Amino acid sequence: MPEERKIRVLTAKPGLDGHDRGIKVICAALRDAGMEVIYTGLRQTPEQIVAAAVQEDADVIAMSVLSGAHNYLFPRVMELVKEKGINDVLVMGGGIIPDEDIPPLKAAGIAAIFGPGTDTSDIIGFIRENVRKN
Amino acid sequence: MSDKDQMEPIKEAKAKYDERVAKVLQKMPERKTDFANTSGIPINRVYTPLDMEGFDYLKQLGMPGQYPYTRAVQPTAYRGRFWTMRQYAGFATAEETNERYHFLLKSGQTGLSVAFDLPTQIGYDSDHPLAQGEVGKVGVCIDSLWDIERLFQGIPLDQVSTSMTINSPCAVIMAMYLAVAEKQGVPFDKLRGTVQNDILKEYPARGTYIFAPRPSMRLITDIFAYCTKEVPQWNTISISGYHIREAGSTAVQEVAFTLANGIAYVEAAIAAGMKVDEFGPRLSFFFNSHSDFLEEVAKFRAARRLWAKIMKERFKAQDPKSMMLRFHTQTAGCSLTAQQPLNNIMRVAFQAMSAVLGGTQSLHTNSYDEALALPSELAVQVALRSQQVVAFETNVCDTVDPLAGSYYIEKLTDEVEAQAQEYIDQIDRMGGAVAAIEKGFIQKEIGASAYRFQREIEKGERIIVGLNRFQTHEDKLTGLLKVDPEVGAKQVARLQELKNTRDNAAVQQTLAELKTAAAGTDNLMPPILKAVKALATLGEVCDTLRAVFGEYEAPALI
Repeated sequence: MPEERKIRVLTAKPGLDGHDRGIKVICAALRDAGMEVIYTGLRQTPEQIVAAAVQEDADVIAMSVLSGAHNYLFPRVMELVKEKGINDVLVMGGGIIPDEDIPPLKAAGIAAIFGPGTDTSDIIGFIRENVRKN
Repeated sequence: MSDKDQMEPIKEAKAKYDERVAKVLQKMPERKTDFANTSGIPINRVYTPLDMEGFDYLKQLGMPGQYPYTRAVQPTAYRGRFWTMRQYAGFATAEETNERYHFLLKSGQTGLSVAFDLPTQIGYDSDHPLAQGEVGKVGVCIDSLWDIERLFQGIPLDQVSTSMTINSPCAVIMAMYLAVAEKQGVPFDKLRGTVQNDILKEYPARGTYIFAPRPSMRLITDIFAYCTKEVPQWNTISISGYHIREAGSTAVQEVAFTLANGIAYVEAAIAAGMKVDEFGPRLSFFFNSHSDFLEEVAKFRAARRLWAKIMKERFKAQDPKSMMLRFHTQTAGCSLTAQQPLNNIMRVAFQAMSAVLGGTQSLHTNSYDEALALPSELAVQVALRSQQVVAFETNVCDTVDPLAGSYYIEKLTDEVEAQAQEYIDQIDRMGGAVAAIEKGFIQKEIGASAYRFQREIEKGERIIVGLNRFQTHEDKLTGLLKVDPEVGAKQVARLQELKNTRDNAAVQQTLAELKTAAAGTDNLMPPILKAVKALATLGEVCDTLRAVFGEYEAPALI
């Protein structure tokens, strides 16, 4: 039986926000959970993130924004995901996201939003359950 | 205390105590097998004079205001006056932030602290494509002198001290502030305040760099040289451990990496031709106050003693002021929880008390709603009131450094200092802080500590009340601050108006002069001041510098 391909997660900090403690901790946790993690670093434009996801054949895009720019950045990433035809990629977000912003972000196609205090095992569980569903 | 005759009976008593403890432990084990603080320093069951053998009061502590300044930098400390109560604030446009400043000053705040939005901090005007969605979000948006004038409307600059959290484009914002002072008729030598101007912690911890370390260091030393002459009461840098700690470091790492950066700045300024006692007295620091109460108190004391030694022994400073580590403190943003946010009020109060027992010169207390949004006016007021309660009600300020002489505090102060010194030695061997950052050493050390901290929480080894224990169903917090989504569009319109009304030829002329200066070795403050007075925008000035210095590309390190 061929060995199952590892889940490939592209992690990114879209926009100008420099708070990368959260995303780096998640990178380490996903790696310890046996996933392949490609961290693209700070100040990524939505265009760069989606291009990297295509190039890296990512199954998941996980983004973190603490600056309040999520309402622009997350939907813009979703637009580009659709444009590039990589609709099977699971796109998730996290950071300081007010509750009332979550329904419109989900409507735009963001599969889940994780706020402060999230246990990394919840993120790992969510990815395993929802990846490659489409 | 090192007298052997006195120690013998204590040793006997300690031995008996240990025997007794062994019996007690058989019946009732302790809560944990290993007790340690966040830096991983083991915590003993009890501390006694035996832990202070060889302790030399005058050498290790001295009197307040006396080398090595472990107890305080100033002889009377808070008996003279309390710390400056300074809440970091800024959002949306200059007008909205100006309104918040007037509110804070009316509420009894004693200094201003400006938060800039990310495009400003990274040297982009509000109409730059990368500024989309970010304008006015985490701070106030500043494009030109017009905005800074509005920001300080009705605030005479000789009456307040102003701290500005600005790093890579620090020279530009500083120049704009000076231009406002000039318009208000305030001479530069009456200006008091601080610019953060600390680029080295931006690479591993905060992320708002523009240029690579080398040209950035030049901008920093240019500010040192200019202000030493022209703005003598200004603190030209705030060497910051705060963000290093927020990024996940331990207390020891916070002290070590901050002071290692401090060493790099001193070396750069000396290499640029300045004498240590010319700029040394204007260096200031900025630390975090986290939740491990006594570890934090020891940390502040250790940092003060270590910096005094570095300045005196390593850099041969003669002026006592060069040896005094003066610092601002902010309570730990990363310790705030989104769950049961009112609990944050207690966390902040304890952290504020640590900072005060550690002898801070100024303090920002976080607001309880900051894990959810920028603080509301009510939350800011509670945060400020917490400082006022510490100052006016608890009476801890009536004697200097009241925890000195505690066996535990002194032992811990020694341990934090020794472990920080070990890190500094290691960084020295790598070629200093810049080299350590370029190698990714600092980033990896911080990242590993952050992950360890998170693992401890998730394994239940570290309890955060309301997060991984004592959870309750809760109603959502209401009244959160929401930044007007139209602020970006408003600011872009204002920028357009500026460009339509100013003398564009004059702007181009000043930018050309700046470019020539940047390619040479002249101090860049005068040409930047000239450019901003001609209404060149922050983005235009930074683009001019980008054209000469290039931009820093950070490796994605995890």
